[in-house]
Amino acid sequence: MTKRNDITALDEVAGNGLLSRRLLLRGGVAMAGAASTLVATQGASAEPLMEPEWSRYQGTTVEPMGRRTKHEKDTTRILTNPKGDPRTQHARTPHHLLNGQITPNHLHFTILHNGIPDIDPEQHRLVVHGMVKQPIVLTMDRLMRYPMVTRQTFLECGGNSAALFSNEPVQANLQSLHGLVSNAEWTGVPLSAVLDEVGIDPKAKWMLVEGADTAAITRSVPLNKALDDAILVLYQNGERLMAEQGYPVRLLLPGWEGNMNIKYVRRIKIVDQPALTYYEARNYSPLLPDAKAYRFFFVNEVKSFITHPSFGMKLNEPGYYEISGIAYSGAGRIERVQVTADGGKTWADAAVQGPTMHKAFTRFHIPWRWDGKPAILSSRAVDDGGNVQPLRADFIRERGETQKPVTNPFGFPNQHYNSLTSWGINAKGEISHVYA
Amino acid sequence: MFMLEKISLAACMAVALSTSALADDKSGLGSNVGLGQPITESDIKPWDITILPDGTNLPPGSGTAAVGAKLFTEKGCVACHGEGGTGGANGAVITDIPLAGRGIEATKTIKNFWGSSTTVFDFIRRAMPWPAPRTLSDDEVYALTAFILEGNKLIPPGTVIDAKSLPQVKMPNKDGFIIRFPDRI
Repeated sequence: MTKRNDITALDEVAGNGLLSRRLLLRGGVAMAGAASTLVATQGASAEPLMEPEWSRYQGTTVEPMGRRTKHEKDTTRILTNPKGDPRTQHARTPHHLLNGQITPNHLHFTILHNGIPDIDPEQHRLVVHGMVKQPIVLTMDRLMRYPMVTRQTFLECGGNSAALFSNEPVQANLQSLHGLVSNAEWTGVPLSAVLDEVGIDPKAKWMLVEGADTAAITRSVPLNKALDDAILVLYQNGERLMAEQGYPVRLLLPGWEGNMNIKYVRRIKIVDQPALTYYEARNYSPLLPDAKAYRFFFVNEVKSFITHPSFGMKLNEPGYYEISGIAYSGAGRIERVQVTADGGKTWADAAVQGPTMHKAFTRFHIPWRWDGKPAILSSRAVDDGGNVQPLRADFIRERGETQKPVTNPFGFPNQHYNSLTSWGINAKGEISHVYA
Repeated sequence: MFMLEKISLAACMAVALSTSALADDKSGLGSNVGLGQPITESDIKPWDITILPDGTNLPPGSGTAAVGAKLFTEKGCVACHGEGGTGGANGAVITDIPLAGRGIEATKTIKNFWGSSTTVFDFIRRAMPWPAPRTLSDDEVYALTAFILEGNKLIPPGTVIDAKSLPQVKMPNKDGFIIRFPDRI
């Protein structure tokens, strides 16, 4: 039997107080006991309990649409273009204020290049044509009658975390640095079902997918991916798609660069070559240090970051804390996450929240006893394909960094950053962004 | 999980097969749900705007830089791209900034980065002018394309840009790309 307060030196599995993830399995009582003991030894006795005001009267009336408590009103997205000026708008997910693995719909990140179109689902049409036996057009009523599938998957902008290409760490919070990734449960029609219907020419290799938005965003997608796990998505976390997510129908390419997951899909053309559209020919072709560039990056590679604690939070006293974060891979399922508290000198395995899913957020946890001295926290994920999140030095050597520090955390000095994120904790418990 | 996905998809398709006899299968292709309505390519034409790098789908029409220069001012392009397209809030379309020597901070321009001339036509026709996209005639798009290519010294002065000449324009950085995951294509 586990007794209270039984965290011992034996439970320390890596430097600076990282404790065995097995402590989490021993049950919350032991951990709560350990934590409360620390508080009790350091603080004054608690006040006597009183009946609070809100417990004595009838509460407010329930409304048709549920509403969040006013006490959580600051849990919102950061906007880069709140007045809707004629340029791109970004809204970033506040991962430092959320927990679990699903991103609520109203907090899911989004990027719109020319505003949110107001599409009438009765009039919207989806056409599939090109190198096919029979071009077809679908109403939304007809599309809704196809057999559907449901899966969880993350969506990540190719430019998420771009500020970490800076040669010096940008002092910005998790939301600013990594807010262009979210995770939801998506329901819709497997694209393969629709493509089977048109009869694809065996010589075709690509499809061009185009939206009905004002910017008519279009991307070239290999048919291999289209026939593997692509979905024409109709529902997001159980309800119809948010307008900003592509209502009435969007393409979902699990694990692949956000911009390719075309919203407001109205046309799919089967072709034998990629189109080199603006976004694939320019924006999402990441530059390499030698003036070459990657083309067709597609996959959001294995990545993780610690959400709790993170930049801007403060550890008010030494003692027990849980370190928690998010890991994901566009190439598969998260198999292992390691955490360091001493800037990478020693690493310990974190507990990975199961069941883990392919190309979806996986939450990890590890218990930690902070001794009040400076520490550097970081995480590192491995997926089931053996892909390892690269250390910063290795990543920068291959992919480059800026010559001058980045000043705007919302800028995009490059794309597809998947190296580590490190939080430096000083003796006051304040947390900054550091490179380790 | 991967296996489960495959199995569930297979199960869906089995349902699809069993219901196709009930569905209104106008395509006559058999093994499918058959909910799509047949449509002809000519009826799709108004939406079929994507241009391929080999010139596939370029429309009839033509334009020159002289005409494009006037349109660049008349259509308000200068508001975002500056006088003569040499720089504004949303970047220069005519500029000689080099790609090399600046690491990942190099500015990607049409001249130093874009791998295909057809992307210029496609993006102007698709998305410009930003406040009123898809309002330009094909001749106007050709003319603006010619204006940008000539300003960047990618075509000789006076070149007429049309469906035949545009794909032949040599882009300096055409071979500057590495396919990241060739096995995914």
